Order: sequence, then structure tokens, then C-alpha cells
Amino acid sequence: MMKKLLQHGFIYLVLAFLYLPILILAFYSFTDATMIGQVRGFSLDNYVTLFTKDELISMMLGTVLLALGVALLSTILGTLGAIGAFYSKKGIRGTVELLNEIPIVNADVVTGFSVCIFLIVMCHMDKGTFIPLVVAQTALCAPFVYLSITPRLKMMDHSLYEAALDLGCKPRQALMKVVIPQIRPGIVSGFMTAITLSLDDYFIATYTKPATFDTISTYVVNATRGSQTEIKTALWALSAILFIVVVGSVVYMNISASRKGEERA
Amino acid sequence: MNKFHFDRKHLTIPYLLYLAVFVVVPLLVVIYYGFTDSEGHISFTNFVAFFCNTKTMGTLLYSLVLAIIVTIICLLLAYPVAYILAKGEYSRKHSFLMVFVLPMWINFTLRVTALKEILTLLEGNLAFHPFLNTVIGMVYDFLPFMIMPLYNALTKLDNSMIEASRDLGANGRQTFLKVILPLSVPGIISGITMVFLPAMTNYVVLDMVYNSTYIMGSLIGSYFSSYDWNNGSLISAVLLILIGLFTILTNRMAGDKDSRERGRV
Repeated sequence: MMKKLLQHGFIYLVLAFLYLPILILAFYSFTDATMIGQVRGFSLDNYVTLFTKDELISMMLGTVLLALGVALLSTILGTLGAIGAFYSKKGIRGTVELLNEIPIVNADVVTGFSVCIFLIVMCHMDKGTFIPLVVAQTALCAPFVYLSITPRLKMMDHSLYEAALDLGCKPRQALMKVVIPQIRPGIVSGFMTAITLSLDDYFIATYTKPATFDTISTYVVNATRGSQTEIKTALWALSAILFIVVVGSVVYMNISASRKGEERA
Repeated sequence: MNKFHFDRKHLTIPYLLYLAVFVVVPLLVVIYYGFTDSEGHISFTNFVAFFCNTKTMGTLLYSLVLAIIVTIICLLLAYPVAYILAKGEYSRKHSFLMVFVLPMWINFTLRVTALKEILTLLEGNLAFHPFLNTVIGMVYDFLPFMIMPLYNALTKLDNSMIEASRDLGANGRQTFLKVILPLSVPGIISGITMVFLPAMTNYVVLDMVYNSTYIMGSLIGSYFSSYDWNNGSLISAVLLILIGLFTILTNRMAGDKDSRERGRV
């Protein structure tokens, strides 16, 4: 009895630690308080500011477009890389796997800074082209796509590919119609991982982004240094919205995953 | 002349090239810049200066101490959570883990902003406890990354092992120390890698709670702002060496290949 109570108590304490700050901030985003703890009335001003101020809109839009672009590029590179490596000789596969580990274990600060030194300082590439930013974030995200594809390839029924070839498919067709559908869950989860990594990234963006472009992370960090209360509280609204979006998508994925499980069973 | 034939294994070529050009080359360039002066001559001045300067050595020490404390606290909080979720009161509710890892998909700068507001309310002025606030901020940021690998290791652990140990007369403490803990070592190691390196380099958390002491990451950030590429590269090279040693050490201890789960969906 005592043990049960302790277990529940501990779980809920840690949950409170993880969630209370976000929830309290979300609560205050619906008031016109400028600091947490102030008693003020209900107001949607923060949400109005968030969706009417140009720099906030372009910052959010830019972050999302960047994440989509990087995730798409990472998914294509990582998926093809994983399929190719899977059927390659041991030496090649080992090399790809080794190089794939580097961005994963490396600190993001170093990944971002090294691409900055190579492309911007050494090759004099213009930051304004977004190429260094996309290249560096893809270098971080593609290895995670690769890792989510590999287990699917191992589980795959390989005779189906051979059968497709025997039945007259060209290798390219067999790949698109047989292999890709079988590893689709891995591709989807790799794409989602790439999106969240890009959305969360601060360090790579700081070192490689164009000077006038901001992602959510770089914008928030600059805003905490500044003293504009209007911006500060508008960001509370953004964090409330992101929280709801993340909770929503996790619940949705869980429901659809359990439905699929039932269908199979 | 042989005509080029499409083969599945060729699919890995673009990815291999991408990793070589945008991961390996930038790191080599960083090492080169770290050991040259601003005129491009090979020089060990920066290297020697780093290890002979009490300020930079202090930074290294501070980051190590901070990272060790944050890692230990994360481990002490995450292990019971992972255990209760995997083997205790909640072991039948698999989706409950989602609640603990969900925060890692919310942008970390926004989450730390939320925590900062709460800490400001509680402490009045964040400047009084810079170290404490940094530790709280990092634990808050990294805890989900520690819970996930521990949970995965503990769910894989066969219940019959625990039952066997009890049947053979071990008490609860002995079972934990001699069976559960040793078998969860891969999860512990993988959790440590997820927390330790970010804790040495994620200087944004320090910035946001107004801790003006430098960690290794802040050094790169400040050299970047002053366009001192050589010194910035040297710090990156030092971090690379540390990360390399750390990875070799943890790989040897864990022997578990698929242990990287950052941002997995």
C-alpha cells in the first residue's frame, strides 16, 4: 500500500515539474499580465499580437518552411542512403554507418560551427542563400532518418523484391512499388523526427542562418535578452499553441497506432 | 566501356557523398583552422594558450562539473520514473510513457522560457542562484531524454529474471542491485550520452537564466560573435576530442548499437 502510494506520488511530482511551467505560462497567455503572478483580466491580446505582427508571422512561417524543406531533403537522402547501404558490401555499409553516427554523437554547437567555417569562412558562401543553413540542418537530421529506416529494412520480406523483378519489374519500379511501401512507417517516423529536430534547433541555425532570418529558437533567445514585454508575452501564446499542437498530434498518433494494432489482431 | 547499370546499392552514393562533404570535411577544416593562426600558418599557439590559460581551463572544469551534476540528477529522477513505468504500478499502460517524453517535442527555448518565468516568481531575482538555476533548467530540458532510453532498457528486461532471483531467495534490494541494475546498464549509458554532452555545450540554457559563467559551448559562441575563427575552431576541436573519447568509452561499456534515441517519434 505504502509502496503504491510512493510510486504514484513520485510519478506525479515529476510530471508536475515537467508540465506546470508550460501550463502556468499557457494560463497567463490568456490574460493581459506582463509577469507571472499578476492578477489581471482575460485577454486575447497576446494571440492577436502573435498573428498580426509581421516579424512574428515571418519568423513562424520561416521556421515551419525551413523544417519542411530540411525534413524532405533529409528523408530523401536518408531513405535512399539506408536502402543502398543495406544492400552494399560490408565495408561500404560500415563506412556509411560510421559517418552516420558522427552528427548524432557530435554536439550541435560543433556541427553548426564546422559547417559555418567550411562553407561561409573558407568557401565564402553567402549566408543569405540559406544553403549553409539547410545543408547543416540536413547533416543533423538525415542520420536520424537513416536510423529509423534500417530496422524496417531488416524486418522486410526480401523475396518480394526478387519476385517483382522475376515478374518483369525494372529495379526502379520494384523499388518504388515494393520496397518503399514496406518501409513506409520508418520513412514517416524519420520525417517526423527530422521536423522536430529542425524546429528545436538553435545552435546550427545561429551559426549558419542569414543575418536577417530568425527561427523560433533564435528569435526567442534574442527576445529574452531584449525588454519588449509585448513580444515576450506574445511568445507565451506561441508556447501555448505549440503545446496544444504537440499534445494533439501525439494523441492522434497513439489513437491511429492502436487502431492499426486492432486491425492486425 | 561498361554501361552504368542501376543497382540498389548505388542508392547510397549520394548520401555517402553528402556525409563526406558536409560532415567529415567541415570537421577536418575545423581541426585545420584550430591549429593555424589568422595568416594560415600552422601554429600551436591557440592550443597551448587554451591549456595554459586559467580562464579557459576554468571554463572546461565548470562545464565538466555542471555536466556531471546535471547527469546525476537526471539519472536519479529518471530511473525511478522509468522503473515505475516499465515494471511498477504503470507497467500495463504503455502510452503513459508518451506523457513523459512529449515535452521534448516542444521547442526547448520556449520550455526554458516557461521555467524561467516560474523561477523568477519563486526566487524574485534569478541572479542570486545562477548555478542552481542552470542545473534546474538543464534537468528540466534534458529529463525526457534520460527517461526514454532507461524505459526502453527496462521494458526489454525479462520479468522472469526478476522472478527467478526472488525465487532463489534474493530480497528486493539484492534483486535490484544484482539483477535489474546490471541489466539496465545499456539504458543508463545511452541516457548519459543523451544528457552529458548537451550539458557541456548547451549555453542557451545558461543565457536564459542569466548565468554569465561560460561553459565550453559559450566559448564557441563568443568567438563566433567576434569573428575569431581560429580560436572558435580550436574549442570545437577540443570538444571533438572529448566527444570522441566519451563515445569510445560509452560504446565499450554499453556494447549496444541501437542506443541513440534522441528525438525518436
